[in-house]
Amino acid sequence: MASTPRTQAMTAADVVRRSIEGGRVDWRSVAVEGLLVGLLVLTLGVLAWLLVVVFVNGIPVLAERGLGFLTSPLAARADEAGVGQAITGSLWLMGFVALLSFPLGIGAAVYLEEYARDTWSTRLVNTVVRNLAGVPSIVYGLLGLAIFVVALGDVVGPGSTSGRSLLAGGLTMAILVLPIVIITSAEALRAVPGAIREAAFGVGATRWEVVRSHVLPYAAPGIFTGTILSMARAFGETAPLILVGAVIGGFNVRYDSVLETLQGRYTALPTTVYDWARKPQDFAGNVYAAIIVLIAVLLVVNALAIYLRYRFERRW
Amino acid sequence: MKVETEVEPATEVGPATGAVSDSPETPTIRVVATHAEIDESERIAPAATRAAEPFAVADGEAVFELDDLSCYYGSFRAVREISLSIPRNQITAIIGPSGCGKSTLLRSFNRMNDLVDGASITGSVRYHGVDLYGAGVDPVEVRRRIGMVFQKPNPFPKSIYDNVAFGPRVAGFKGRMDDLVESSLRRAALWDDVKDKLRSPGTALSGGQQQRLCIARAIAVEPDVILMDEPCSALDPIATLKIEELMRELRETYTIVIVTHNMQQAARASDVTAFLTMGDDRAGHLVEMAPTDQLFTKPANRTTEDYITGRFG
Repeated sequence: MASTPRTQAMTAADVVRRSIEGGRVDWRSVAVEGLLVGLLVLTLGVLAWLLVVVFVNGIPVLAERGLGFLTSPLAARADEAGVGQAITGSLWLMGFVALLSFPLGIGAAVYLEEYARDTWSTRLVNTVVRNLAGVPSIVYGLLGLAIFVVALGDVVGPGSTSGRSLLAGGLTMAILVLPIVIITSAEALRAVPGAIREAAFGVGATRWEVVRSHVLPYAAPGIFTGTILSMARAFGETAPLILVGAVIGGFNVRYDSVLETLQGRYTALPTTVYDWARKPQDFAGNVYAAIIVLIAVLLVVNALAIYLRYRFERRW
Repeated sequence: MKVETEVEPATEVGPATGAVSDSPETPTIRVVATHAEIDESERIAPAATRAAEPFAVADGEAVFELDDLSCYYGSFRAVREISLSIPRNQITAIIGPSGCGKSTLLRSFNRMNDLVDGASITGSVRYHGVDLYGAGVDPVEVRRRIGMVFQKPNPFPKSIYDNVAFGPRVAGFKGRMDDLVESSLRRAALWDDVKDKLRSPGTALSGGQQQRLCIARAIAVEPDVILMDEPCSALDPIATLKIEELMRELRETYTIVIVTHNMQQAARASDVTAFLTMGDDRAGHLVEMAPTDQLFTKPANRTTEDYITGRFG
């Protein structure tokens, strides 16, 4: 009598067991996973190959010349030429970025995030800034060429430099990274919870007191990270500098006159790489060695940014 | 949507008319009606149960007097034509269902809504007779006099000391800051918990301690009123009781207005209760305001009774 329902129960259990213990292989999933792993290996492989080529060709030069390669000036002979001027020039450019785009960019971000009302014009400015950050760097180079070299050439780089001076390059770089500084700073400011602002307003603080005592300090780690990364960007950027005159012949470091240094010729690390790459074969080792220096500096800067982010990161 | 609503017959339709009533003994009848079928005025204040007179505060005893206050976010009206008075040195609770504009109303008392883009008001909020939204009123000074404690404890990520000292500093306090910090923490019943770790971050305290730190921070600028926006909603029952105890002590010195989602809390902790609800336009309006024991035992309004007995909300 009870056998009928019991049989049915067994059957139901069998059905379930068969469906979940089927042991079928989902070949489609395996194929997709295999494809994705393949793509990853391919991508990393190309990158690794590039690095291997660079290091295999560059390390001997660095090992042979040692510190001399880092300090020697540009020269006509490959075994005498070094990246001393290039590093100095790149540091100058980073200085410009720090001095000009940080205050301007952070100020603009504070205004947009903390002061500006949410109107159509604010939204327009935000959209424009976002788009500017995506504009190819060569366009900024053209901008620098038109404004600093051509229009303001007599001020920026008088005489034989004909406008293609360190000042022109620095100003161009500062403008190039400005949108990035604004965006990263604005994001860091936005990450500060509104409850903190309300708390400060609630005890009778003015908007500036709220920003100065609370919002800016709490957003500082994020702002620093973003600005350091933008410096790295400026350090590695090549195309606009070629347009505004890096490379055209050495570097005038005039320790007696900052103004003359600014108005003089200059070069930078990535543009030196570009310049050497077009030279005869005997410069090939130098090119790879300079690339290693460039990569090393960028790695250090990026590592610093990551360290700062983890060290001071605040969870709300 | 069908709702089952008990409607009391109007006075002239007494039990004697019997025809509409199932039994002559019960004066109420059960009808099933849609929202649309019930006349708005009847639903909110049936003639038979209308309060004899609205809650009144004696002359000179009102800290806030609201006159036809409506609050808007852009074109959305969150609060509709509220007129009420908040009595001095009492705890006034504002209760009502979610989204009925309680917080918006509270935030119009210290111009906190100014910080929201597109927020505006019509009508007036008078504070000791001064129109808070009048020309020449400095919202910064308004917020110093009318402090606020928020729903989620929001201490600054700074030391306990600096949390309390920030307000007095920006207000230009010239006295001994250590003393002020100590007395503020004492009044917030937090001193004994934190006196040995004033330099450790306020965010490291427990939730209840953080909220008392926020109260200490609010009273450090010596305000006149403390607005509390659901101050216990993120706290456990024991921390909640501590805050309520603290509110009763603070009442001696301050006028307290508390928005709460918790009717038991309003019944336990407040002197006066205002009940808000919202109509079909989702704008909150005042249904009834009365001394708390009266509102919870003899509500003059049917909607209030339905709410406090848990029939909606």
